[in-house]
Amino acid sequence: METLELEKIASQVRRDILRMVSAVNSGHPGGSLGCADFLTVLYFDIMNHNASNFSMDGLNEDIFFLSNGHISPVWYSVLARSGYFPTSELGTFRKLGSRLQGHPSTDKKLPGIRMASGSLGQGLSVAVGTANAKKLNNDKSLVFTLHGDGELQEGQIWEALMYAAANKVDNLIATIDYNGRQIDGDVDDVLSLGNLHAKFTAFGWEVLEMDGHNIDELKATLRKAISMTGNQKPIVIIMKTEMGQGVDFMIGSHKWHGVAPNPEQLENALGQLTETLGDY
Amino acid sequence: MIEFEIFGNKDTRSGFGEGLQELGQKNPNVVGLCADLIGSLKMDAFKKENPDRFFQTGIAEANMIGIAAGMTIGGKIPFTGTFAIFSTGRVYDQIRQSVAYSNKNVKICASHAGLTLGEDGATHQVLEDIGMMKMLPNMTVVVPCDFNQTKQATIAIADHEGPVYLRFGRPVMPIFIKPDAEFVIGKADVLIEGTDVTIIACGHMVWKSIEAAKKLEAKGISVELINMHTIKPLDAAAILKSVSKTKCVVTAEEHMINGGLGDSVAQVLTRNLLVPQEFVGVNDTFGESGNPMELMTKYGIDTDNVVEAALKAISRK
Repeated sequence: METLELEKIASQVRRDILRMVSAVNSGHPGGSLGCADFLTVLYFDIMNHNASNFSMDGLNEDIFFLSNGHISPVWYSVLARSGYFPTSELGTFRKLGSRLQGHPSTDKKLPGIRMASGSLGQGLSVAVGTANAKKLNNDKSLVFTLHGDGELQEGQIWEALMYAAANKVDNLIATIDYNGRQIDGDVDDVLSLGNLHAKFTAFGWEVLEMDGHNIDELKATLRKAISMTGNQKPIVIIMKTEMGQGVDFMIGSHKWHGVAPNPEQLENALGQLTETLGDY
Repeated sequence: MIEFEIFGNKDTRSGFGEGLQELGQKNPNVVGLCADLIGSLKMDAFKKENPDRFFQTGIAEANMIGIAAGMTIGGKIPFTGTFAIFSTGRVYDQIRQSVAYSNKNVKICASHAGLTLGEDGATHQVLEDIGMMKMLPNMTVVVPCDFNQTKQATIAIADHEGPVYLRFGRPVMPIFIKPDAEFVIGKADVLIEGTDVTIIACGHMVWKSIEAAKKLEAKGISVELINMHTIKPLDAAAILKSVSKTKCVVTAEEHMINGGLGDSVAQVLTRNLLVPQEFVGVNDTFGESGNPMELMTKYGIDTDNVVEAALKAISRK
């Protein structure tokens, strides 16, 4: 898809995110805004997937897992805009009886979601399992994941990293939302990840880096990652992003990790983002 | 006279191993995962016959549970194997989110449960696992009583769609369930019919309860013994049918009294039919190193404890 078109979708996704969290005065806008470009490119330009006929097994489709489940607003918006469910349903986010739970879940059977997430650190293991299943099924499609950088503090991530390299899980592309922020502050202040690139390399992964707000670079890097699959090594992309990207008073701060804008702030924020596809 | 045909002596974990081997031969979707305890879990045969469907995860149980959950996406039926302590407490949140809440078709197969793990001591003797697992929505909890039943249960849970916790153990015990017996999840076995007291037991305590029933028979007491191999969903109908006849109950389990089979039975009785209940189980204490059978005696889950509990329950009628 043309870059201009993807930018338009991402702008609408950002509007959706802000309106969803503001409406219920809860949720996680910061990381959601930061990953809007990535998920837009992934779903509209990269993955081979079937939005109109969702199947849990996803045979011969690329599969995505959101390991940092708290940025559900961006995923829900991208899923709806991709056609998994009506965009009007975005207005039910976090409300009683909604299929759009605060964190992604399967029990309300929202199309597009195959695994609950929210308790951090579990998604990479799950993705490895699905990647294994694809190999057993002789299914050549791929598994994609997204993780927070703070999430990498969970030990299970490193179990999965070790396993995937040792077992040559080479149909898996993990992406790290490397925004340097987490709830309590900067990742470097809370618990530094050290030299993340070197750590991934030492764990036996192919490591790429990309700017998470440059659509052309996202497209090119993800394509490059796909070209590197099937080569005996798992692939991770360190994606540099800004928490709160797209809204001047939110950008670059951890303070909007889990705080929704009030109506005045929402108006201000929406004024900075073009309504391109029509608000839900 | 209470008499059971004995089909030899084996450990229940070997029943799991044979069941898994048979599943490997007949169901191509069954996959095995183990966290560095292949020999202890008796998964060698499955691994040998199905190397492409066996996944050694190393000592990383959280990752193993996550991988298992992920493998269900694509239609696989994962059987994870490690000790019961590492199958539950160590990975509770992984099971809760990625298996139970996500309602994935994972079979969590747990050996060396309870005190009868023996000499390794309390670090490894989990006595809380039934409670942890039965509290999870969507989870089925199965605790078979001997080698044959563990094999039958292993095969049966592959046909059940949804998360299952299968609990078994290490010690060699008599085999008294027929090799061709039918195993139905959630349907209790009435092993002995009687009139004076109902004993409801699971796992290794079923054999102990058979021995207790013989001792009670010698005292002129007629025991009805229910092998409650499925803790959840609990066969309430079988409990109420028996108790409405005997008017008192003993529950017997190799588990904490808090949160175990006895608790589940008590809920059924409290809601439906109030009768005296006595609890044979471990009473709010950790275990210790020792010979399995000596440990059962020391911690109050031996044959004589079941006999005493039955006499007390009858006296409270």
